[in-house]
Amino acid sequence: MVGVTMPDREITYANAIMEAMCEEMRADPNVYFMGEDIGVYGGAFGVSVGMIEEFGPNRVIDTPISETAFVGAGVGSAITGMRPIVELMFSDFMAVCYDQIINQAAKMRYMFGGCMKVPMVIRTASGGGTGAAEQHSQSLEQMYCHVPGLKVVVPSTPYDAKGLLKSAVRDDNCVIFLEQKLLYHEKGMVPEETYTIPLGTADVKREGKDLSIITYGRTVQMSMAVADRLAQEGKSIEVLDLRTLSPLDLDAIINSVKKTQRAVIVHEAVKFGGFGGEIAAAIADSEAFYRLSAPIKRVGALYSPIPFNPILERTVLPGEDRIERAVREII
Amino acid sequence: MECMLNNRSCVCADESLLKDKALLREMLEKMMIARKFEEKVSELFGKGLMHGTTHLGIGEEAAGIGTATALAPDDYMLVTHRGHIPAIGKGCGVNGMMAEMMGKQTGVCHGRGGSMHMADLGKGVLGGNGIVGATAPLACGAAITLKLKGISDRISVAIFGDGASNQGAVHESMNLAAAMKLPVLFCLIDNNYGMSTPFAGAAKETNLTKRAIGYGIKSFECDGNDVLAVYETTREAREHVLRYGPCLLVEHTYRTSGHSKSDRGRYRSKEEIAGWEAVNPIVRFSNFLLDRGLFTGSEIERADKFSADTIESAAECAIAAPNPPIDGVLDYVYA
Repeated sequence: MVGVTMPDREITYANAIMEAMCEEMRADPNVYFMGEDIGVYGGAFGVSVGMIEEFGPNRVIDTPISETAFVGAGVGSAITGMRPIVELMFSDFMAVCYDQIINQAAKMRYMFGGCMKVPMVIRTASGGGTGAAEQHSQSLEQMYCHVPGLKVVVPSTPYDAKGLLKSAVRDDNCVIFLEQKLLYHEKGMVPEETYTIPLGTADVKREGKDLSIITYGRTVQMSMAVADRLAQEGKSIEVLDLRTLSPLDLDAIINSVKKTQRAVIVHEAVKFGGFGGEIAAAIADSEAFYRLSAPIKRVGALYSPIPFNPILERTVLPGEDRIERAVREII
Repeated sequence: MECMLNNRSCVCADESLLKDKALLREMLEKMMIARKFEEKVSELFGKGLMHGTTHLGIGEEAAGIGTATALAPDDYMLVTHRGHIPAIGKGCGVNGMMAEMMGKQTGVCHGRGGSMHMADLGKGVLGGNGIVGATAPLACGAAITLKLKGISDRISVAIFGDGASNQGAVHESMNLAAAMKLPVLFCLIDNNYGMSTPFAGAAKETNLTKRAIGYGIKSFECDGNDVLAVYETTREAREHVLRYGPCLLVEHTYRTSGHSKSDRGRYRSKEEIAGWEAVNPIVRFSNFLLDRGLFTGSEIERADKFSADTIESAAECAIAAPNPPIDGVLDYVYA
């Protein structure tokens, strides 16, 4: 319907992801979807309910519980011309198939001198706050950012999830797409017409002039709430959502900090050794350093596995209180 | 593992095969080229002209060449860290391979991969893999491509060793391929040792064909030092894959060269190695061709000379070739 702008609708983060997959599968017969219990069951988080009815079992493939085999099979099909979307039920399970991601998917293009490409998306549910305990709650994005050859995407809204996933499917590299479990049921405005969001572009979710909160994933929402609260005190907080960690939109970070002169970096992942350290170092290593009027602060999870008990879990994971405290320390 | 092979010749069930002299010559020459490739690599390492490490497959020529030759040109094949021989068998050019051994720009991977990562997409060689057992999941994926594209006359082959047969990736993949009825040939080249550990020390059940039973797939087995047996059995296994789905093919052979450059030969005796060298697959095949009157002595000599010249020329080209340009070091990190 050329020239007609379709209305935005409010849909969930999970539905936005499914729409992206369905649109890409309709548009490109080489795109297929594979994972554990994604067919009739519809995926552990219900993301793919109904997809098998539209695309059939050849393109929506239920696999055995064999992460190494089916992630590796995704890689093998990607290098031979398909564009697989592989779902790993929990991002923690990536540890089960680490070899196929780190030594195979990330290496094949370079190792074979450019004669192959690995157009593959690994979609997986990341993060805590669900009482799923130590082996179903981690945020491991930093481990993938450290591996050249992979791209890492962490969407925070339904709009971003759809646009970024469509770009990820069309990308000729292996993209680790880390969905935020606690956001699956969150609703947001998503246009009905097709759109993409390029990988490697951050988004200013809220403009401000006194301090930049640089964040991604589920902590974007928390940061927005903190910024709203502090606005009532006349403090103007910018919230920069990185959206893609690799490639990283360094310009957006530096420009934001140059403007606000203060930076708080927030992620749900463990603070020690986390991606926040890379962002802090990048700021310190840039012209933004000379504009800083306070130390760079980082907020992340305590250096602990994620406990089951809800009080303990809330203690380990960062919340609005810790973000607000960090902001107040330097503003 | 003492050599118990009695048969010092080759066995051919389908005598019509012997009328295809071009095929016989192809396999003889490829085996000779593969052997001389490995010997040249060893020599150049000795002279300090190659660096890193390498895993030679001297003694395993019949397995790698017989299987690769029996495949269709556009079948997919994934090879191991000891992958030079099957790669040569599948048509990967030795000039590009030798240059790759030296890290040169003219190498098959432009010097990025080296010995363990020979690849040639055009020949269906989806690369050598340095992770033991990792070829199996990847081969399943190439088979998914064939299945989804509706290509029913090609297969995907995972080559792996007896050592890899104990890796979870291989077990998971045999099950996955069976469950999804994927056209995968699991080709197990049993050379008796996983690095230095004899297979009997790595598994209680040493009959490798039994691995197939647990996954409900058929297994084939052959004397992996007899190139004709390997060729015929691979053909049979390939037909099975096309008709019924995945199967396991076990080829029994022996590597007379060490595991890698680090091998000090402390885990086996000189006598053991000598016993296997006596059933060396190239000598066996040559003798068979002579005994059956299929080739003359001078034809064998010509094949030998041809393979020696081919490798000598590949080495000269590789030595003369340029290194990759430094400013291209980040090429290929991303597509």
